[in-house]
Amino acid sequence: MSIRVAPRTRFDDAFSARDAGAPPGLIPYITAGFPHRDATAVLLRAAQDGGALAVETGIPFSDPLADGPTIQRAGWRALQNGMTLQLALEQVAAARAAGLEIPVAAMTYVNPVLAYGRDRFMRDAHAAGLDGLIVPDLPFDEADSVRDAAHGAGLAFIPLIAPTTPDERMRRIAASASGFVYCVSVTGVTGARSALPDEALALLDRVRAATPLPRALGFGLSRHEHVQALRGHAEAAVVGSALIDAVERAPQDAAGVVERFCESLIQGP
Amino acid sequence: MGQHAGRFGEYGGAYVPETLVPALAELEQGMDDAFADTAFNADLASWLRDYAGRPTPVTHARRLSQETGGAQILLKREDLLHTGAHKLNNVLGQVLLAVRLGKRRIIAETGAGQHGVATATACACFGLRCVVYMGSEDMRRQALNVYKMRLLGAEVVAVESGTATLKDATNEAIRDWVSHVRDTHYVIGSAVGPHPYPTLVRRLQRVIGDEARAQCLERLERLPHVVVACVGGGSNAIGMFAAFLDDAAVELVGVEAAGRGLDTGAHAAPLSRGRPGVLHGAHSYLMQDGAGQVLGTHSISAGLDYPGVGPEHSALRDSGRVRYVSATDEQALAAFHRLSQLEGIIPALESAHALHAAAELAASRDAEDVVLVCLSGRGDKDIDTVREHDPA
Ligand SMILES: Cc1ncc(COP(=O)(O)O)c(C=O)c1O
Repeated sequence: MSIRVAPRTRFDDAFSARDAGAPPGLIPYITAGFPHRDATAVLLRAAQDGGALAVETGIPFSDPLADGPTIQRAGWRALQNGMTLQLALEQVAAARAAGLEIPVAAMTYVNPVLAYGRDRFMRDAHAAGLDGLIVPDLPFDEADSVRDAAHGAGLAFIPLIAPTTPDERMRRIAASASGFVYCVSVTGVTGARSALPDEALALLDRVRAATPLPRALGFGLSRHEHVQALRGHAEAAVVGSALIDAVERAPQDAAGVVERFCESLIQGP
Repeated sequence: MGQHAGRFGEYGGAYVPETLVPALAELEQGMDDAFADTAFNADLASWLRDYAGRPTPVTHARRLSQETGGAQILLKREDLLHTGAHKLNNVLGQVLLAVRLGKRRIIAETGAGQHGVATATACACFGLRCVVYMGSEDMRRQALNVYKMRLLGAEVVAVESGTATLKDATNEAIRDWVSHVRDTHYVIGSAVGPHPYPTLVRRLQRVIGDEARAQCLERLERLPHVVVACVGGGSNAIGMFAAFLDDAAVELVGVEAAGRGLDTGAHAAPLSRGRPGVLHGAHSYLMQDGAGQVLGTHSISAGLDYPGVGPEHSALRDSGRVRYVSATDEQALAAFHRLSQLEGIIPALESAHALHAAAELAASRDAEDVVLVCLSGRGDKDIDTVREHDPA
């Protein structure tokens, strides 16, 4: 069990500033170092300018087993561009210096964090201006020491909850969470889908019975209608693959694409 | 990292997406129930005997021992098992378990194609749907096994991502499982992956070591002095070693693929040259760069061409109970030819790594000593590779 109390981060402020009846806030996911090495800071800023509630930066790993083809491709490209945890932290710090104010979570896999040095990574991540950490291959049962290190350094540790997670386990996961809980919309990997899966709303309602923490729904969301349909069921919507697909189609105008795509997800086309 | 069930010292664990956690718990429960059920064990034993061809013999490599000039070399003949390698021991057990758990769809990853062929075989035999993930690079290198799998009714999916080899095929199999976890069982091909797989695969492969130990006692009235096996993910090795771990006098030696040489970087020897890390759900020795990215590997033998290793081997390495050495491509090729010419047995290139190390160990021992080697598979699948290297 966690011995450390969850810290207060920008996520808590951002979620408490939302109107209860409003549609969910947008959390875009962008791979650090994609489409080119130094794009990260500009694209984080573009997400803020497009109206995002918060932003997730994906720090690539060679073997991303929770990701579908789009994010795999972006991660592979980013690695070839020379992206590392260290560089991603430097870029987040640069974005903060250039006026990025919304909460930022890093999404990465456990091995790069262990290689960097667990405690050192948490300290450096917090110093760089990160607010939270999402690690899709670190389920509740393996997470104690990483979560404690994150909390000790002032970072939220955001767990994932899936449609296959039983209620009792969900309660234990939620009790350890900080920032928000990341609800996985489908029994599957990341990747844009055309419809909101049936199991998503049922999952969100189960999560509400388990915890008062904000719920973000992710995996597969791609459209304004998906975000709208979550009103009353989720406090945030994460959009990753659809955004990266859009950037891939116009890499020379990545910042413009991110800003406009965020706006259209929030406001409609 | 905590000390949970499924740990081998600090190694092992289950580093998987949340979606899979309940399925792994179900598998662990199902496995415990099955192995406690005499009917299940009897059923598995009869499939191993009547379908797979167990027990496999132990052969005295008479001329090889003579020519090596030292200890007597004995071969545990997994090459004689149906489909030509030890892989079927694991697959039959897992497929019986899947049927018991009500799963009608089976997925697997494969590198050389041996595990894929074994899985396709068992699925044909039990009437289950079978999907095998294979790196497109490996499909090119092992075209014959691709054809065999299709002949047996399996769907073979080409994996283009990453390095397009075994590690990427494993990623893709795990992604498939995440997406179809309710009706699908993932038959992992070695003693790797998240808990309970390393324990399950060892339990199913230890039939190799249990038989060999009894055969040695019966024939020689004593245990072997040294037991040798090649280590890819580590399933034939752990199956062999499991039976001898408590025999403190028996020296255990695992052989990794040194590829073009341990100092070239072009190898597949995580226990010799890697650092602990997390890949495919387990904490274990891993070939990785300073930033924690998994490195590409090289071995002439596709079945050893993998950057990770089963977590129990990591613990056995650290404790010193098993010594891990390596053999290069060239050394394995030489051992391949030697066994073919001296014994009339064409070994798999994977097994040839173990044969090389066994001959070296035997050479420095007395003629009364016994070195037992796991001949994990036959070499038919490797004929093209060998021909490319050494036109006869
Ligand atoms: C004949 C043979 N031996 C050994 C191996 C290596 O696997 P493991 O280390 O799991 O025994 C393979 C893998 O394909 C194989 O086909």
